[in-house]
Amino acid sequence: MLAYALRRLLISVPILIASTFIVFIGGALTANPLNQLQARNPPPPPRVLELERQRLNLDEPLLERYWNWLIGLFQGDFGPSVHSNLDLGSEVIARFGVTFRLIFLAMLIALILAIIVGVISAVKQYTKLDYTFTFFGFLFLAMPSFWFAILLKEAGISFNNAVGEQVLYTIGDSSVYVAGGAWAEFTDVLGHMVLPTISLALLSFAAWSRFQRASMLEVLNSDYVRLARAKGLRRGKVMRKHALRTALIPLTTVTALDLGAIISGAVVTENVYQWRGAGSFLLESIRNDDVYAIQAWLLISATFIILFNLVADLLYGVLDPRIRYA
Amino acid sequence: MPDHTKSDIDATAPEVPETKGTGEGTTVAGPSRTEREFTVAERSQAQLVIRRFLQHRLAVGSLIVLLAVVLLAFVGGALWKYNVADITPDESQPPSWEHPFGTDAVGHDSFAQVLRGTQISLGVAVLVALIATFVGTIWGAVAGFYRGWLDTVLMRIADLVLTLPLLAVAAVLGDVAGGSWWLIAFIIGGLYWAYVSRVARGVVLSLREKEFIEASKALGASDLRIIFKHLVPNALGSVIVNATILVAIAILIETALSYLGFGVRPPDTSLGLLVSDNQTAVSTRPWLFYFPGLFIIIIALTINFIGDGLRDAFDPQQKKVRA
Amino acid sequence: MSTTDPTATTADPVLEVADLNVQFPTDDGLVQAVRGVNYTLRRGEVLGIVGESGSGKSVTSLAVMGLLPGTARISGSVRFQGRELLESDDKELSKVRGRGISMVFQDPMTSLNPVYTIGDQIAEAIMAHHDIRKDAARKQAVELLDLVRIPHPEQRANAYPHELSGGMRQRVVIAIAMANRPDVIIADEPTTALDVTVQAQILEALRTAQQETGAAMILITHDLGVIAGQADRVLVMYAGKVVEAGTADEVFYTPRMPYTLGLLGSLPRLDVKTDRLTPIAGSPPSVVNMPPGCPFSPRCPLAQDICETEEPALEPGPNPDHLGACHFSYRVEGHEPGDLFSEQADDATPLPAGTNEGEARR
Repeated sequence: MLAYALRRLLISVPILIASTFIVFIGGALTANPLNQLQARNPPPPPRVLELERQRLNLDEPLLERYWNWLIGLFQGDFGPSVHSNLDLGSEVIARFGVTFRLIFLAMLIALILAIIVGVISAVKQYTKLDYTFTFFGFLFLAMPSFWFAILLKEAGISFNNAVGEQVLYTIGDSSVYVAGGAWAEFTDVLGHMVLPTISLALLSFAAWSRFQRASMLEVLNSDYVRLARAKGLRRGKVMRKHALRTALIPLTTVTALDLGAIISGAVVTENVYQWRGAGSFLLESIRNDDVYAIQAWLLISATFIILFNLVADLLYGVLDPRIRYA
Repeated sequence: MPDHTKSDIDATAPEVPETKGTGEGTTVAGPSRTEREFTVAERSQAQLVIRRFLQHRLAVGSLIVLLAVVLLAFVGGALWKYNVADITPDESQPPSWEHPFGTDAVGHDSFAQVLRGTQISLGVAVLVALIATFVGTIWGAVAGFYRGWLDTVLMRIADLVLTLPLLAVAAVLGDVAGGSWWLIAFIIGGLYWAYVSRVARGVVLSLREKEFIEASKALGASDLRIIFKHLVPNALGSVIVNATILVAIAILIETALSYLGFGVRPPDTSLGLLVSDNQTAVSTRPWLFYFPGLFIIIIALTINFIGDGLRDAFDPQQKKVRA
Repeated sequence: MSTTDPTATTADPVLEVADLNVQFPTDDGLVQAVRGVNYTLRRGEVLGIVGESGSGKSVTSLAVMGLLPGTARISGSVRFQGRELLESDDKELSKVRGRGISMVFQDPMTSLNPVYTIGDQIAEAIMAHHDIRKDAARKQAVELLDLVRIPHPEQRANAYPHELSGGMRQRVVIAIAMANRPDVIIADEPTTALDVTVQAQILEALRTAQQETGAAMILITHDLGVIAGQADRVLVMYAGKVVEAGTADEVFYTPRMPYTLGLLGSLPRLDVKTDRLTPIAGSPPSVVNMPPGCPFSPRCPLAQDICETEEPALEPGPNPDHLGACHFSYRVEGHEPGDLFSEQADDATPLPAGTNEGEARR
């Protein structure tokens, strides 16, 4: 299994490099990082523009520029940003740290709820409860996440007004200054996370609960669950040990495949709640034509997605003995 | 004897709604007895799909609602007394007979804006579905049909595209491409074809093992002929179902993209842009915020239900397993 | 255990099914899967149930086990050792399942849970009914694997189902079925999904299981060849009903129902010289919204007007234990299959395959 994991990682590296190449060339050909500077009024002297051109490596030929970027990457250098005093490496990692907090919690909550709701829906198939879950599942799948997030934010403000205290934070990922030590800081961060997490978890929850319902139904109608009942095992035990255990396996793959969509969702969610996370980093970078920053963002998220998929694949192998890693 | 074999092929072909292949069979067939059977089999297949769809009450209801929305947007939008750009003397009016969806702070008629937004959002979504289905089906069908190294290369690329945060990539591209609605559609469609290609490949992989493909090969049919006469018509059910559901996904992607500011841009508008413009108005002028969102939900929801109904209609077997 | 009680006579009933009806409501109408089935299973005997797919034979046995889906409407009576099972709750039924009555299903490829080792799955069956430790149960599991002739049982106990062939998996299922020395083993088409070459071995393993535990066995199949030489008594089912019942010899040599005769005619025989097999034309009827009359009449060479209007009752013939449901059973007796089912079936559809294309072409 270790050999398999290593092989997968080795295959991923050229794919990753190839995709950075495409993105780099594409970005360099279409975006002009000097845009902002040139648009200034009064226009900056040509000397300044020329220096900026050199700082952003725009004077190098395209392939050389890419090669230097790639070499620099291995030394921890993500290249120059349009903001001259910004170190892209530390900035992008700090921003992703904030976002991953949101993503992990949202995925965890979405998974737990999806499993519970999906299983109940399958076991109580065609009951009022199942129809209710199904209705909300379809509704959430059809709901634009930003629209729901804005509504939720509004509800949070009303809630705070009703309580007369700032319980749920609706702006930012944490307060600038928190008095009262580590615990206070922790609760402050948590208070900021409640609403964005719900917003982000909703879409995945809806899709996964539908998937889990179908998966559970398939297992419940399987011969081996019938045989387990025929052995004399009680219903509850068959549900836990035979049905649920087996029905959970396919969910690992789906979860991993959806990670890209969740990162996209996080960009939108952060925008609604005005977080200074990876989402706002990306959007600012796009607006500023900051090609190295965009490149750094895509590289980090792609690496993360590839690693996560690898973990999911390995986990699948642990859960399902039929999978052999040759 | 060849006639007999041919009739076997057509009878066992799964879910052929209306295919060139069977239609041709009627003209070739010799004895009148077999000819009658061909037409009977063919008509009953298409009829079966339609009948099964009509039995799906939720799907039929959704289709009616969706058609009403489409008519309202395109016909109603053209006939409505206000245009998107019109500035009326009524500012920040709540919904009334004069302005069914109210007006914004400048005096724009929100009903006219929502109808225009629906036109654009629907247009983008349908174009996305068409592009993604076209590219994805060919991509996946080629991979599944030829297998081997071509399959590996094609599907690796599709896998790579699938794992990316596509909305973010679309935002990067959207910033470069500008805000025209059909360019946005090309960007989204150009990223989401990978989903379709996986489905198409799976269908083709299972179909190519079927006897009627073998038979066709044994008769010396060319690859192109097999692909277009046999594979494509038989994969049509899955492709149509997926294209339908893709419309629902695309409308959510487009609105999100426009919300972020990298999709459709002013002076044109889309449902996502309307939500974005009015997100601060949710407590003061809620009608500006609720109506575009409601239209997105209605469109995506009804299309999902229609897709579900179509899936059951094309593949009743699957329904039995799920039931 | 009670199964080896020497005072028990062979006439001692262990399972009595009386007037069992099973219906499934569907979109197309009420499916009458089982219609008034009666039978008695005596201690230690082997009862064969024969019928085409859709004849209700599997549904009957699932009803006995209480394993039908919740949508099924069941009426009648199923008494196991004098206890009514249809009125029992899940807790009571769980005690009977596996220990009183156990079951072998048709498809060994899907009968075992893919994520547990076969040793664990057998041990689980033992531990469901006995308060013993896991390692003791595992030891018994290995012994059971040995009993059903799985080579190297110790190592195989640690194997996962996908590592075994279909025949081996069916042996594991049989080992599970005999694990708690049940009084009744129901084998539902145990050999259908397997290669012909392993069928005999599986029947042999079932025989071993039955003799080892002293259980009575219900052997369900569509294949008369499987029943022959195994069953003491035979029930023939058609369209949810028992249409013939008797000892194996009676049913095989002096059938009283044209359908049974037809089944025999579609079977190759070594003892009688025949030029060709005589299939039964047509396919079994749909059990949704059934028309009145004998359900076999559309395919029956003896059918008269009365057969289309009146469904014949299951009645004894000259021998009071040999029952047949046919208005003209006296005319069936003493005939060879070829006499009745002549070469009328020109396109020789194999017997159980009643498909739509087959009908459309005719």
